[in-house]
Amino acid sequence: MEQKIPAVSMRHIGKHFGHVYANHDVCLDIYRGEILALLGENGSGKTTLMNMLSGIYFPDEGQILIDGKEVVIRSPKDAFSLGIGMIHQHFKLVDVLTATENIVLGLPGRLDLKAAAEKIRKICDAYGFQVDPHQKIYDMSVSQKQTVEIVKVLYRGADILILDEPTAVLTPQETDKLFTVLRNMRNDGKAIVIITHKMHEVESLSDRVAVLRHGEYICDVPTQQTNAQDMTNMMVGHQVTLNIERPAPVNPKPRLQVKDLTVRNEEGILKLDHVSFTANSGEILGIAGISGSGQKELLEAIAGLQKTEAGSVMYIDDSGEHEELLGKDPLSIQQMGVSLSFVPEDRLGMGLVANMDLTDNMMLRSFRSGHSIFTDRQTPKHVAENVVEELEVSTPGLSTPVRRLSGGNVQKVLVGREITSAPTVLLTAYAVRGLDIHSSYTIYDLINQQKKQGVAVIYVGEDLDVLLALSDRILVLCGGKVSGIVPGEQADKREIGLMMTRTEGNTHAQ
Amino acid sequence: MHSKNQEPLFHISKRDSLVWYKAMLIRLVALLVALVVCAIISVLMTGENPLSIYQTILYGSFGTTRKLWVTFQNVAMLLCLSLAVTPAFRMRFWNIGAEGQALMGCFASAACMILLKNVFPNWAIILCMVLTSMLAGAIWGGLPAFFKSRWNTNETLFTLMMNYVATQLVAYFCVVWESPKGSGQIGIINPNTELGWLPVIGGQKYMLNVVLVIVLTVLMFIYLNFSKHGYEISVVGESEKTAHYVGIKVERVIIRTMLLSGAMCGIAGLLLVGSTNHTLTTTLVGGRGFTAVMVSWLAKFNPLWMILTSFLLVVLERGAGEISTNFGLNQSFSDILTGIILFFIIGSEFFIAYQIRIRKSSTKEAQTHV
Repeated sequence: MEQKIPAVSMRHIGKHFGHVYANHDVCLDIYRGEILALLGENGSGKTTLMNMLSGIYFPDEGQILIDGKEVVIRSPKDAFSLGIGMIHQHFKLVDVLTATENIVLGLPGRLDLKAAAEKIRKICDAYGFQVDPHQKIYDMSVSQKQTVEIVKVLYRGADILILDEPTAVLTPQETDKLFTVLRNMRNDGKAIVIITHKMHEVESLSDRVAVLRHGEYICDVPTQQTNAQDMTNMMVGHQVTLNIERPAPVNPKPRLQVKDLTVRNEEGILKLDHVSFTANSGEILGIAGISGSGQKELLEAIAGLQKTEAGSVMYIDDSGEHEELLGKDPLSIQQMGVSLSFVPEDRLGMGLVANMDLTDNMMLRSFRSGHSIFTDRQTPKHVAENVVEELEVSTPGLSTPVRRLSGGNVQKVLVGREITSAPTVLLTAYAVRGLDIHSSYTIYDLINQQKKQGVAVIYVGEDLDVLLALSDRILVLCGGKVSGIVPGEQADKREIGLMMTRTEGNTHAQ
Repeated sequence: MHSKNQEPLFHISKRDSLVWYKAMLIRLVALLVALVVCAIISVLMTGENPLSIYQTILYGSFGTTRKLWVTFQNVAMLLCLSLAVTPAFRMRFWNIGAEGQALMGCFASAACMILLKNVFPNWAIILCMVLTSMLAGAIWGGLPAFFKSRWNTNETLFTLMMNYVATQLVAYFCVVWESPKGSGQIGIINPNTELGWLPVIGGQKYMLNVVLVIVLTVLMFIYLNFSKHGYEISVVGESEKTAHYVGIKVERVIIRTMLLSGAMCGIAGLLLVGSTNHTLTTTLVGGRGFTAVMVSWLAKFNPLWMILTSFLLVVLERGAGEISTNFGLNQSFSDILTGIILFFIIGSEFFIAYQIRIRKSSTKEAQTHV
């Protein structure tokens, strides 16, 4: 492999935004017939680097060589003509068009959908994709949409593929399928770069690992010569421990009793169908399921943000008194004296106000306190100071708008605020989505601390390995129904993966 | 095919943030460039000395004590309306109905002056004027807000349409209350008794308006930045989802804020009738309800900056009028000048939000402003 000319060679690439270096003097080679995993913490410049390759950004410094020849990539179109295709985290598809129509969209030349569909079929057969060229996008699952994105890139003749966190939205089975396809493409001689935070995926899929830290290139090693611990150390720059604790629940008592909760969304589609479970204090209840199986509706219904059709959510306080939460809005729940904290999936769109600074965001929960018509900014400022200090939020200052913080720091601010109010129930949705491994473990620690303090934690997650390691019990949702509740210690990943896709079988809802 | 010298000529990238004085510098440069362009166009089209044109603009606004006070009065009225629309704008509620809301304030004030002149003493009439004008403005602003919060109607269209309803309503009553009979318009109301005329303070007819609006500006600044209501408005404006999430009643905030916005417009109407004009016509607000939108935007919804932006717009407008009379030029010419200046000032916002880097081979830190 040493003698091969790299498909892509990035030389001394630099890119800065304002005074901040996103990339500094990065040299990276990408070879054909190889899967390269690009690793790094949030904000280490992985996506920026790949965006320069795909023509979204233009490098401030350095050169890019394709097959040994220097090129200038000014736009995604230039990138395509060089055979570079990127599959972004957020899909760029037109919902009302079919797969074929989306794939040929924007291509020059006469529109011949039949021929296009034929070509798409050929691509699919070659690599083992399963796509119906005539299916509309809105009828597709996330995984199918992603497949369309990949086929789109291949259709345009790309032989250098970049995938930005492709597995974040997939089930284990879908991930396996994707990996099979990626391996087929590698064997076909394509160069593949995959950005991911999940170590076991790196280990099982990639041939070589390249690590970025703070925008700088650290090293690259063949995957076989390294392991998750080493890779993490390289990313973080110092020794870290990768253990998720699961302390035994201390004196668990029922805290939330959900019975026959049924929710329809605005279009009248059943999102939750007679969901029943109990969440105990001092315990983490993990919720597994394909995204869109009703997790969002479940948490929002408990938090008073979602209209419900039927059922009950009973809050049981320490003295054993029962109080119904359904039909109350967040304000009345707060006024009832129920300290319920919610870390929603959409951090900047729901949990925080992106354009406000740290202090004002801390104020969101507490601004009503006091009788004055004026807001008290002193207390939230102290809260913000504490959160920044205790959770090691890296921010230029308290008056920085949270949108300027990196994903991990945004999440720390949000979780920090939510646990400040000493909750008795903590709901979290995809608490570590998009977070690097270091930040993720900080969040797991915080959640475990809450558990130890007797909080009833409901943890909606997507990474089954983490769910299995963290949760005391795991509730599996499938299509809005509970397909089972399994104890965390005995749970098997494959079994849960299967439960996520079918509801029959062990439905011993507790 | 992609050789080295194909590098793009310039990059446009979003600025992280800009220190305030640099931003002001960019705006100042924009203003200067605008003046230069105006000068060139003046010379080319009229042959007049551009300096004397600018001198005339300043003279038109500040030349005499009377001109100065008229300028202050116009700034005060424009500022009052700009303050009124600002809470709504901070909430991302695009109230472009300030014209109609203010006109309803005018209407209510005039109605009190005409209908109550033989019923109540002067102080009671004025009290009624204050209350009814605010109420009328609040109704005109509150209706679209109610429909928006209930059925999510489009507030821009709704508030715009309400302007025409207000104009027609006033047109009708101008005939009902015409004086003298047959003229089709309302002359000066209560010219002899001066019932319902707001008191003159400091010996200056416009002093009351100016002082009141200064007080309102400070109050609005405090309300928006330091009160709980102001905070709620900002949260609703940034993200309704976040507002729901923390238990803010979004519908209530929308209606409450628009009632306030409308009532403030009503106050502007009260001042126009009770203090400045003592009459009612359909054109009394004179488009200021729309200009206020621009004032508010230019000042980034900050009441203190609005003093400056409203001043700028008024001086331009009054100067333009002066030019057309002094140089015997068509009124359109002054509109051209105003247009050029506004173009540059608004255009400079682009350079504040984005930076442009010329191809790096030339100068590395070349960042052009304007």
